[in-house]
Formats: sequence, C-alpha cells, structure tokens
Amino acid sequence: MSAEQDSSTESFESLEAHAYQLEVRQNLLLSTPALIVLFCAASGTLLIMLVFSFLTPGDYGGIKWQFSTEAWFQVAFYRDIFDETVSIADAHLSIFWRSVKLSFLTTLVAFVLGFPTAYFIATRSPETRNLWLFLVTIPFWTNLLIRTFAILEIIRNQGLVNTVLIALGVIDQPLDMLYTDIAILLGMTYVYIPLMILPIYASMERFDFQLVEAAYDLYATRWRVLVRVILPLVKPGVIAGSILVFVPSLGAYVTPRVLGGGKHLMIGNLIELQFGQGRNWPLGAALSLTLLVIVMVALIFYVRSAQKEGGAHGH
Amino acid sequence: MATSSRPFSIKRMPGFSLLALTCFFALYMPLAPLVVYSFNAGDNIALWEGLSLRWYVSAWENDLVQSAAIRSVVVAVIASVVATSLATMAALGTTRTRPYRGQTSIYAMVNQPLMVPEIVTAVALLIFFALIKESTGYHGYAYLISAHTAFCIPFAYLPIRARLEGMDRVLETAAADLYATPWRSFTRVTLPLLLPGILAGAMLAFVISLDDVVITEFVKSAGQDTLPTYMLGQLRRTITPEINAISTVLLGVSVVMVTIIFFLSRKKA
Repeated sequence: MSAEQDSSTESFESLEAHAYQLEVRQNLLLSTPALIVLFCAASGTLLIMLVFSFLTPGDYGGIKWQFSTEAWFQVAFYRDIFDETVSIADAHLSIFWRSVKLSFLTTLVAFVLGFPTAYFIATRSPETRNLWLFLVTIPFWTNLLIRTFAILEIIRNQGLVNTVLIALGVIDQPLDMLYTDIAILLGMTYVYIPLMILPIYASMERFDFQLVEAAYDLYATRWRVLVRVILPLVKPGVIAGSILVFVPSLGAYVTPRVLGGGKHLMIGNLIELQFGQGRNWPLGAALSLTLLVIVMVALIFYVRSAQKEGGAHGH
Repeated sequence: MATSSRPFSIKRMPGFSLLALTCFFALYMPLAPLVVYSFNAGDNIALWEGLSLRWYVSAWENDLVQSAAIRSVVVAVIASVVATSLATMAALGTTRTRPYRGQTSIYAMVNQPLMVPEIVTAVALLIFFALIKESTGYHGYAYLISAHTAFCIPFAYLPIRARLEGMDRVLETAAADLYATPWRSFTRVTLPLLLPGILAGAMLAFVISLDDVVITEFVKSAGQDTLPTYMLGQLRRTITPEINAISTVLLGVSVVMVTIIFFLSRKKA
C-alpha cells in the first residue's frame, strides 16, 4: 500500500466493504427462519437424544433423570437380571448383522440391475431419453408404503408370482416368500433402485462415447471397454448411487416391518421396539445414535472418494 | 438386410437392453394388481369377481379413512406452504451471492434431514416432543405440522435453488438502474422468474408430506392418524381391497404431481 493513496479510492473501498456487510447480513436474515425450524424439529433434537441415551429408563416408558451408561452398554452386551453375568447381546448383534448384510445385498442387486438401466437410458436419443428418465422418476416419488404393499401382494401365497408359477407348472405348492429375509431384500431393492439409476445416469449423460470408439480401435473387447473405460469414468455416479441406496436401506423401518412380519427385524424395528414393548427409551436413543454413526462413516467415505475423484481429473 | 448379424455399434452392450427393460417392467408390474384389485367387486384381494367401485365408496364412507384423509391433506398443505416460504428465503440467502462465512454450514443444515435416516429423526422428535408434552400438557397438531415442515424444507429448497442458479443477476441490475426499489425489483422481476421453481418445490414438499410414514408414526398423538399411518396399522389386520382403493388414489395424486413437477423443472430460465 502506498502512503499517498487516493482518498476517493479509499472511500470507494469502504463503501464496497459496507455493501458486502449489508449483503451478508441480509443473507443471514433470509436463512434464519428456515434454520430455526430445522434446529427445533430436526438437528437440534439429536442433541436431546444424546442426553437421553445417558439416562435411566422409566418404569412405564420415558426416562428417569438419573445418569447411566447402561444403555450404551446394552447396545452390544447383555446383563442377566438375576445373576448379573455379562454376555454379548446376540439378539442385537444379529439384527445389526442382518441390517448390514441386507443393505449391502440390496446395494449390490440395485447396481447389477440399475447400471445397465442407466446405460440404456443414456444411449437413447435425446428425445426418448427424457421419457425413460421420467419412468424412473415416477416410482422414486411415489409412496414407499404403497410400493412395499404392492410387493407384499404379489409375493403372498395367493399372490401373482405364485399363481403364475403354479399355472406354468414350475411348482406345485406356493413358495413361502413372505416374512423372510429374501422378501425384505426384494422389497428394499424395488423401493430404492431409482436412487441407484438416477445418479449413474447423471454421470453417464456427459460420457464421451469417442473414448469407447478409441478403445475399440485399439482392439479392446466389449468387456474390457466396459470395465476399463466406462466404469472408471462413471465411478462417481456409481459411488453416489451406492450410498443413496445403502444409507436408507440400513435405516429402513417400513419395508422390514411389512415384509419381515415382525420376526426378521432390522435396526429400525429394533429401535422402535424400545419405545413400545421394550420400554427402554435410553437404549432406543443409544441404538439410534449407533445407526447415525454408521451412516455418517458411510457418508464421510463417500465425500472422501468424491474429492479424490475430483482431484484425479484436475477440474 | 442380407447380413445375419447386426451392424457393429459402439454403444451396444450385449444383454444390457434386456436387463434394462426387465428393470422397467419390474418397476411397474407390482403396481398393476394393486390398482386392478381396487376395482374388484368381491371381498377377496386375490379373487376377481367383476368390476365395481364399491371399495372406493366403502373407503369414502369409512369415518376413520375420511378423517385421516382430511388430516393428511391439511397437514401437507400447511407444512408445504410454510416450508416453501422458508426455503425460498433460504435459497435467496445462499444462492447468487458473494461467498461469505457460514454459507456452507447453512447449506449443510438445510440438507441435514436428507442425510440422517428417517427413523433417527423420528425417534429424536418423539423424545423431544415427549418432553414438551409433559411440561406443557399440549397434545395438538403443532408437533406433527412442525415436524413435517422441517423435513419438507430441503425438498422445497433444492428445486428453488436450482432455478435461482440459472437466473442472471443482470435483470435485477437493470431493474435497479431503472430506479426500481429492491422490493419492487424482487416482486416484479425475481419472483415471477423464480415461480416455476417455487411451484415445483411446493409440490414436492406436498408429496413428501402426504407420503410420510415413519416420522408421522412416531410423532402423532392418539387419534392423529394420517392416511399412510392408518394404512400401516391396517396391514397388521386382514387386508381388504379398501386399502387398494386408498393406495390407488394416493398413487394417482403422486403421479399427477410428479408429472407436473417434471415439466415445471424441465424448462430452463
């Protein structure tokens, strides 16, 4: 800075700074009402849940204001009521394991079906592309409960699938598909597959097929083109789709409740149980926070890999 | 064509089209029996006995269904109107502006309900509202409406922000050059241009609120069933085609709304 700086430049700069301050203040004022509602009826309540996870359960649900770490202990361990012996909470761990396993399988099946579908849409002509895309968008925004109910109806013993299979002579007796892990897997894949197709399509839409042509010119096989050229370039979409399917599957509540029939619980149902018959609100809070931590780890993994992708391409 | 094999296309992947068409078929096929059996004359949800609207009539005449339907619509209208207003303000405060401290935090907070599993939000709200209910004794609809408003905000925010990002500041600058007050330039220039985004956001929020099961199930007080939670309760009992009729109506509402949103957000500013 020179000492003989023009005074008019200086006042212009201070005016600029003042205008910027006003703009920022206005922006904050505009955003505040939404933030207040979100804090009171969404993010802020998570803090209260954290407090609750360190309290003692009340006799008829609710809590007693007494500090305790018992709820967190109960997430993974079981203490016998009579002789106080401690063992691993098999029931909880098997439910956690089922949730992770089913969510992983859902993601896998959704990818195997969703990737070719996204590829199919991306290789249509621009006019028809929108129509196909629209056909994926509609189920995405329709009621999850209704779509789960639709699956319930077709896999029942007298449902469409069994009726057709019996009519074709493939089976004599109806297959008991309802209230099994397979039913939950089928339902979750059905419900969440648009979340896999849409992001993969989004990254494929910009894909330059000249790269594929170049690979074929260099005598690449179709499989090699797919695995070495197309897949690496649409990887961000695949990762985004996988996270978008995995996260809601892990927290699924409606689908396992309707299709699992109360026997095949997932984490969501285990949490609900603590607020119903279980009457253990602190444990319910601790289980919810455990689920939240798993989800956050998955999201951080996603953000990391998305940043790495962005860095690798240099723009 | 004389040749037996298809011409080599660089875009073709063997089996992909078949898998894709199977996928589209699988997306829609399960909905067909649901809709068809809602028009069944018989009592059974598996045995076709002729065309009839009796289940629609019976659903409409069922007091529980009727009050749940009215409740669903009232909650969805209030929540989507409030959420869209708040989201529009937040979008104006975070888009097309010079970067400022806290901008990313605001963005993260607005989208937070999308990242947290619904069941976690539902449980947290149950706990928080139980505390308030205990200390105030109030058991009304404010809980349900504020919960719905909160999770609708990000859904309303995203299309509004997308629309706003595509709008050029030049028009507002021109208005200011012509001595329009900031308020006048907002109501006469910004708002009309932003309207398709606001409408898309509001409809999205409406559909999301109307379809919500999990949060409503945990937040509602006794006697505050919405259509989806009423249906969830009924699935535990014997299912009558009445459920199919309600589902078909809800499905129809969603499809119509989504179609409109799709075309609203297609056209760029």
